[in-house]
Amino acid sequence: MSGVLRLDPIACDGHGLCAELFPERIRLDDWGFPIVDPAPVTGDLAAHARRAVSQCPKLALRLERAAKVASS
Amino acid sequence: MSALAAQPMLAPPGRLPRLLAGIQHEDRAISLDAHLRRFGPPHAPHDLIAVVDAAGLRGRGGAGFPTARKLAAVAAQRGRPIVVVNAAEGEPASGKDKVLLRFNPHLVLDGAVLAAAAVGAKQAVVAVSVEAVTERARLESAMAERRSRRLDRVGVKLVTVPEGFVTGEESALLRAVAGKPARPTTKPPYPFQQGLDGKPTLVQNAETLAHLALVARFGPQWFREAGTDEAPGTALVTLSGAVARRGVHEIELGTTLEELLQQAGGVTEAISAVLVGGYFGSWVRAEEAASLRLVPGNLGAGAVIAFPASACAVAEAARVARYLAGESAGQCGPCVHGLDAIAGGLEGLAGGAHDVDAARLERWAGMVAGRGACRHPDGAARFVASMLRAFPDELRQHARHGRCSRQPARILPLPKERRG
Repeated sequence: MSGVLRLDPIACDGHGLCAELFPERIRLDDWGFPIVDPAPVTGDLAAHARRAVSQCPKLALRLERAAKVASS
Repeated sequence: MSALAAQPMLAPPGRLPRLLAGIQHEDRAISLDAHLRRFGPPHAPHDLIAVVDAAGLRGRGGAGFPTARKLAAVAAQRGRPIVVVNAAEGEPASGKDKVLLRFNPHLVLDGAVLAAAAVGAKQAVVAVSVEAVTERARLESAMAERRSRRLDRVGVKLVTVPEGFVTGEESALLRAVAGKPARPTTKPPYPFQQGLDGKPTLVQNAETLAHLALVARFGPQWFREAGTDEAPGTALVTLSGAVARRGVHEIELGTTLEELLQQAGGVTEAISAVLVGGYFGSWVRAEEAASLRLVPGNLGAGAVIAFPASACAVAEAARVARYLAGESAGQCGPCVHGLDAIAGGLEGLAGGAHDVDAARLERWAGMVAGRGACRHPDGAARFVASMLRAFPDELRQHARHGRCSRQPARILPLPKERRG
């Protein structure tokens, strides 16, 4: 089950839980806001991704099905 | 659209001027009669989208998106669409849309009505800055002329929007038109899918629609007689800085910067660089500037500033960077914090701080791009990063000695302070 992490930059307040829970794909910039790796999340990493999504206090993170992301 | 002759009866404009053709030297708008005498009756080809596609017209609001593709995307949506003419022109260094509204509003209105018919809209809204008082009055007169002749089958409304750099961003503009704060929204959905009142919305820059009005009358081959194969047609450029004839000029796309400066009477003093594309654009050193061809990809909204060598670019870049940071809609962390940090760094460099590192500013510029709900941080990052690349000697002087051999001077136009 693979997906792509999408961040809503307006909802995001820079709490930073996502980077703690999923450091493999999310790191924080110099001001504490997440930089999300756009590569698809597959296999074992998916559970970490889902936890980061569910723990975000602002519901700013979403995991979209990979099928939604069409490469041109 | 009135049922006049199927073919325009008049000779089309040559390569130049086109949008600026027929503009008198007095400060008044072309009347409807004069407009129809100069350009012929408004002509609606049965497949305008295909005609616009063949012409290769691209948007003139800054993004340079192919206009036919945008029209087709809106036309393909379910539900009745609406057209919004973006004449907000929040870029301080740009005056081209105001010139069109001031002198040639009928061309913009023709384009709006034609585009509406092509996408199946019955309403067009023209969004103008609340501060553009003369332009609003000229537009209202032109709209009244058309109404009294029952010229258009599309209802046209004028809406004022607040002044501001971000107000012209499509989704922010639609919010402003709806009476809400002019802040961008997250996409998707895009305006073409869900815009004003949830309807599919065609947002088009005023100048783009003016070109469209001429393409509809004179055809794609005519349009392509100016410009190049890859960059067909003409464009309006707002020229300022150290040049003899400042103001709005019309050029063929593909014109070099050197040709543009010559067309405007030449530079008035030695220049160090040219800012191409306004405050979301790029600084180009004078040595490379001469041969640079102006195309939608680098023109942005068409503001070009000839920067005099006597002026301190670091101080000016700091002033504009601070303005851009202040114009952030304030919704996204990387934009709010990043642009503030970059402006602070440039102000430090300009003012003599020794601990500011140009490499860190460049890293920050790379860090904010692509991370907001709109392209504000991207544009600001491009402006700053290109400045850092274009003025390495001046930056070194500032870092080492706290100043350079140039003078601080107000070259880049900014609006008067709006906020307390």
